[in-house]
Amino acid sequence: MRPVSYSRVSDVATAIATVAADPTSAYLAGGTTKIDMLRIYAEPSQRLVDINSLPIDHIEVQPDGAVRIGGLARMNDVALAPVVVDRFPVLSEALLLGASAQLRNMASMGGNMMQRVRCSYFRDAEARCNKREPGTGCGAIGGVNRGHAVLGTSPHCIATHPSDAAVALVALDAMIHVQNAAGHHAIAADDFFLLPGDTPEREHPLNHGDLITAIEVPPLAAARNSLYLKVRDRESYEFALASAACALTVEDGTVAEVRLALGGVATKPWRARAAEHLLRGAPATRETFARAAAAELAGAVPQPMNAFKVELAQRTIIRALETLTARGAVS
Amino acid sequence: MVASRLPDAVQGPGPVDVVLNVNGATHVVRIEPRVSLLDCLRDHMNLTGAKKGCNQGACGACTVWVDKRRVVACLTLAIACEGRDITTIEGMAVDGSLHPMQKAFLSEDAFQCGYCTPGQIMSAVALLAEGHAGSDAEIGEWMSGNICRCAAYPNIRTAIRDVRDGVGGVRKDATR
Ligand SMILES: Cc1cc2nc3c(=O)[nH]c(=O)nc-3n(C[C@H](O)[C@H](O)[C@H](O)COP(=O)(O)OP(=O)(O)OC[C@H]3O[C@@H](n4cnc5c(N)ncnc54)[C@H](O)[C@@H]3O)c2cc1C
Ligand code: SF4
Ligand code: FES
Ligand code: FES
Repeated sequence: MRPVSYSRVSDVATAIATVAADPTSAYLAGGTTKIDMLRIYAEPSQRLVDINSLPIDHIEVQPDGAVRIGGLARMNDVALAPVVVDRFPVLSEALLLGASAQLRNMASMGGNMMQRVRCSYFRDAEARCNKREPGTGCGAIGGVNRGHAVLGTSPHCIATHPSDAAVALVALDAMIHVQNAAGHHAIAADDFFLLPGDTPEREHPLNHGDLITAIEVPPLAAARNSLYLKVRDRESYEFALASAACALTVEDGTVAEVRLALGGVATKPWRARAAEHLLRGAPATRETFARAAAAELAGAVPQPMNAFKVELAQRTIIRALETLTARGAVS
Repeated sequence: MVASRLPDAVQGPGPVDVVLNVNGATHVVRIEPRVSLLDCLRDHMNLTGAKKGCNQGACGACTVWVDKRRVVACLTLAIACEGRDITTIEGMAVDGSLHPMQKAFLSEDAFQCGYCTPGQIMSAVALLAEGHAGSDAEIGEWMSGNICRCAAYPNIRTAIRDVRDGVGGVRKDATR
């Protein structure tokens, strides 16, 4: 484990000023990513600023029906909040299907957005990795890449984005609220996660010291009929091989509203816009769903070990849409 | 409570005094801030019940409670626990009498090598308090953070059901 220094802060302004002033410093929330990274030498020594006492852990309903989730709200608390279970089942399920009960008690929503990739070359400080050490090459391309991405890849990095919650948030058009010394701004979840391109080391549009204070999920009637379908090597406590966050409204056999995002197959939480476009206004049938799924995966760039994900992702999409169609017809 | 230290004072990277409340007793240890709660318990407090299986959050052998919530001690910094209540397997027996969940693990043979057991029990007691032991499927899902290489899972579930259902007159209240 890298040596660290440590301090606690109890107000947001001090937290931001402290981290912004020191380029070697970083926020410590649940620590489930940060301590892991420091222990395996994937990140350099840091001055950790413990933000767990900051009053940004509430889950509140806004006057317009949006739900505002504090950056320090814990995964389990968000997943079990009645308003989330009721209005955004897709988010509740994505959270509950992630990690374990213990980790979800620790892990914060802000930290979840900032978690690092699970690529085994990134996690091995001896291996080549453009994300950890820009310019050294990518160990996964031509290496062991069964878990890696087929969408949004670049010749420099093919690591899968590991978050489940972020997939639901991208589907729901959530806004990530950020504060820094200059003030406050909000970033659409879809824009918050960057494609690797030529700069895989750059994962977010945040500057050093920017603090995620809240995540706001706008009201969406269709989200009441929503789900998160996660396919993986074991039934629980495992990252996705393919997942779908989906909300659907069917009227008179036709898709009236649909939201779809994919996890486990892309370098960022993947909003399936091509599929959504084909689905809207089309008959809610298996044929339509298969066509939409195929269109979304048309641009896939598989590696030797993960080619199965192209088919798996399509089946996942189809099953999610069929499940929601059946459910919507009942209620 | 936390020692008389300015909240914003920078600690470390060298050793500092850390005051921890573990199983109701106050301990002062001199450790570097990078020391995990797990290593602190095992190497500095002689509380070796919590086990180190993976040291990366993947097995649950190190499960303890911080402020009554189950967490993995390997990804928790000891220094970050100042001012919080830590409970370990060593704190489960009262006046020499085992916790009902400990008794149930014994009577149901819910372990083989025993390495995962302290973590399983800390998770299992919290599970009942959380209300996530309704069915076997629910128990399985909410206990998935505790891996058992001996695969004692059926017996672990039976032990949890025993305590849940008060089999043998055991107490149901959990995190007391
Ligand atoms: C074994 C294991 C299995 C897992 N399985 C899953 C899974 O299936 N699905 C899934 O989605 N996730 C999974 N995770 C990842 C887990 O969800 C993340 O580690 C967790 O959400 C990170 O949150 P944290 O509060 O612990 O962050 P920390 O570790 O404290 O911080 C992570 C990063 O975010 C920064 N940060 C923290 N808070 C803020 C903030 N408010 N503003 C700006 N920056 C901030 C920190 O500086 C750090 O760089 C797993 C993790 C482990 C260890
Ligand atoms: S896939 Fe990305 S994270 Fe993994 S080795 Fe290549 S550059 Fe590094
Ligand atoms: S040792 Fe902590 S989870 Fe394995
Ligand atoms: S009893 Fe051996 S690992 Fe669980």
